[in-house]
Amino acid sequence: MTRPMTITEKIFADHAGLESVKPGDLITAKVDLTLANDITGPVAVKEFKKTGAKKVFDTNRVVFVPDHFVPNKDIKSAEQVKMLRDFSREYGLKNFFDVGKMGIEHALLPELGLVGPGDLVIGADSHTCTYGALGAFSTGVGSTDLACAMALGETWFMVPETIKVEFDGKLNKWVSAKDLILFLIGQIGVDGALYQALEIGGSTIREMPIDGRFTICNMAIEAGAKNGIIEPDEITEEYVKGRCQRPYKFYKSDKDAEYSKILKYDVSEIEPQVAFPHLPENTKPISQVGNIKIDQSVIGSCTNGRISDLEIAADILKGRKVHPDVRLIVFPGTQDIYLEAIEKGYIQTIVKAGGAVSTPTCGPCLGGHMGILAKGERAISTTNRNFVGRMGDVESEVYLSSPAIAAASAVLGEITSPEKI
Amino acid sequence: MTKTWVYKDNVDTDVIIPARYLNTSEPAELAKHCMEDIDKDFANEVKQGDVIIAGENFGCGSSREHAPIAIKASGIKAVIAKSFARIFFRNAINIGLVILKNAELPDEVKKGDEIDVDIENGTIKNLSTGKTYPTTAYTGSIKELIDIGGLVNYTKDKLGNSK
Repeated sequence: MTRPMTITEKIFADHAGLESVKPGDLITAKVDLTLANDITGPVAVKEFKKTGAKKVFDTNRVVFVPDHFVPNKDIKSAEQVKMLRDFSREYGLKNFFDVGKMGIEHALLPELGLVGPGDLVIGADSHTCTYGALGAFSTGVGSTDLACAMALGETWFMVPETIKVEFDGKLNKWVSAKDLILFLIGQIGVDGALYQALEIGGSTIREMPIDGRFTICNMAIEAGAKNGIIEPDEITEEYVKGRCQRPYKFYKSDKDAEYSKILKYDVSEIEPQVAFPHLPENTKPISQVGNIKIDQSVIGSCTNGRISDLEIAADILKGRKVHPDVRLIVFPGTQDIYLEAIEKGYIQTIVKAGGAVSTPTCGPCLGGHMGILAKGERAISTTNRNFVGRMGDVESEVYLSSPAIAAASAVLGEITSPEKI
Repeated sequence: MTKTWVYKDNVDTDVIIPARYLNTSEPAELAKHCMEDIDKDFANEVKQGDVIIAGENFGCGSSREHAPIAIKASGIKAVIAKSFARIFFRNAINIGLVILKNAELPDEVKKGDEIDVDIENGTIKNLSTGKTYPTTAYTGSIKELIDIGGLVNYTKDKLGNSK
């Protein structure tokens, strides 16, 4: 009889060819897919060449998505992307996504069915943990780790302990997946799940559409977690059926699996959340935010750039105008999301309200380009980090929130709930 | 003389090397802007062999390997912290930046204190106060990885490409 295991442990065991694993085990596991972007990819390419490898482990499973500084913001960025483009051609990679066909990596890969339930995925980007929403193990690594996995198709892991989080109850009006994950980070802190798996479930999550699940797993890293993961179910099946390019497998945690901690929250007690500068753990419920004027509102990113995020923003902006002192910048996650938002009229609504809509890019989220803050400026943003200088000048400030709060705040000119506009 | 640079908890990768400088991966270029957003003096005044000491969760945030690369290229001999963020930990090991854990030193050290780090024996001595602190030496597969010269050499070996 093997020991009862969590979903994360089961995925590790299968990919390591072992009957069972336990927290603390150092294992070598096969990876189903590797991913890098235009910041981390060039370093990975250089390290890959140092290994002397003649080919990548699988030309279908080594993916490059230039998304951070694209469309190329300057000559150096253009060189970085070109390095990935050239490498992709030279090594025959099937999945290199250039401007016009790309998306923000963590919105794009699930949409294309390149990742699926039961996969073990590593990406040279910390928000690779997003795919846990499909019941995959996925985690961020650095460029050297990635380069070696590109060559070998495997890498080493320490099996993490798992924290189980259960959200139960009915969500209040204007409370979304983003609010739940911000609330959780506020509760446990930015290192509250350090080195651990964060398994998220409960009745609220079982009823949550896939977009919200992506948002939650995306920010597991902001609690220091190795991965965020949600057990796959009918909602997952509906999303991946006919979409996944490879066979997939549903893993579920055993009933008597061991957890380092079990946290339970009644979501009916949770308000929309805002994370104050300069850490995602500095959360306050919207009722306690006070009067905070903003200069910019940013809606999009790998956290909140999906169609349902744009829908809620458009609903709030319909028939309203962005405050004269605010720049609203909206960036859809992928070309397909962009197109769907055009077809559904969301883009028209946002532009009519006085918002700017950008091609998919990570630009403003990390202070790269397309929406940098000056000294003393303040933004409300649906992105995932509000570190010092994250969106621009060291003396600028970022407040994190859901798309509903960011859209309403853009209208009022200060941080607010949609109820107040 | 080994001098210390002391920081608090949650030093994130965005302040270690701000994203606006990530359009290059040249170590010397990155070093010019290392720690710039929390310490304007660091890049100008850091000397070969200096040590960074910080609190919990050092290197949290992004997966950018540019962060440990920038620190290493600044001449920093070791980073000592109460704890490290996971991706930063792996990256540092992979590129050969020495990182050590100690729970007390970060609270008892002052910027500029002279520090002696003995990596082989796993001890840290604050020469300014005379106090010695233990740190855990690496063991098992992580030590093997360090001994072979990092992950690239390990991979080269595995592919049969080592001379």
